[in-house]
Amino acid sequence: MKNSNVTIRDAKAGDVATVIRLDEIHTGLAKPDYWQEMFTAYVTEDHFGRYFLIAEAGGQMAGFIVGEIRTWEFGSPPCGWVFAVNVSPEIREGGIGSALLDAICQRFAGCGVETVRTMVSREDTLNLSFFRSQGMTAGPYMELEKAVASDTGPQ
Amino acid sequence: MRLQKSTEFALYAVLELAADPGRQMSTADIAARYAISAHHLAKVMRQLVRAGLIQSVRGVGGGYRFSGNVKRITLWDIIEMFEPQSGGAPGEDDAGYDTPIARALDSVRAEIDDLTRATMQSITLKSLLKFAPAELL
Repeated sequence: MKNSNVTIRDAKAGDVATVIRLDEIHTGLAKPDYWQEMFTAYVTEDHFGRYFLIAEAGGQMAGFIVGEIRTWEFGSPPCGWVFAVNVSPEIREGGIGSALLDAICQRFAGCGVETVRTMVSREDTLNLSFFRSQGMTAGPYMELEKAVASDTGPQ
Repeated sequence: MRLQKSTEFALYAVLELAADPGRQMSTADIAARYAISAHHLAKVMRQLVRAGLIQSVRGVGGGYRFSGNVKRITLWDIIEMFEPQSGGAPGEDDAGYDTPIARALDSVRAEIDDLTRATMQSITLKSLLKFAPAELL
């Protein structure tokens, strides 16, 4: 059911505890240090193209989204990146995630970028399905990785 | 990814019916729309009924109706019903499988299979229909 009483606003320092809790519910891991650093970089400090947005429904935080514009990384022209999106489990499927993504996309577009990008674990079907439902498809880049053994590093 | 005919037919049928869950269509209607074999499609439809994705409607104007959840069922749910599962023990046709080159090729194939599966698992019927050309809906 669509939740029509959602408002989107910029995050405030006092939101960090709820963000940590929502993230822990989804990932099963509390990361207070990480989120404190994110709040410093995206909320307290003022950087061009960085956004940390909060969705509120019924006066309560219902979700959040974090992203920023990155320029010429991996050879890519300026592009909006979404690092995290999260909606409280009890009010999912109400359009809150869509409202958050729409809001950050509007801010990216206002800065002149034409593409939004994200990276999701193949096992994270919840978020993969969400981004797919918003019209996002595989992009022109591939993520590659390998294990690095500690005994083969520089001498 | 090359799909078996049965898989393609199942995807056509389920998506066609899911586009309008209140609508009933016969096997002949769907076969004609996609220019596919009605005989082959009939077998596929029976399997989809057994899986609970569609239901048979009897009587005049009967046919099939979608009975699943468009927001939950993914393309992979349908594909894995009809596609032979890869992996397992090597058979007679797998000569050379236990060589370094064959194993390296297998690893590339597995990488592609993983990407394919993750993609298909992420696309619900609702998402696919949302971005299908308007004339379908």
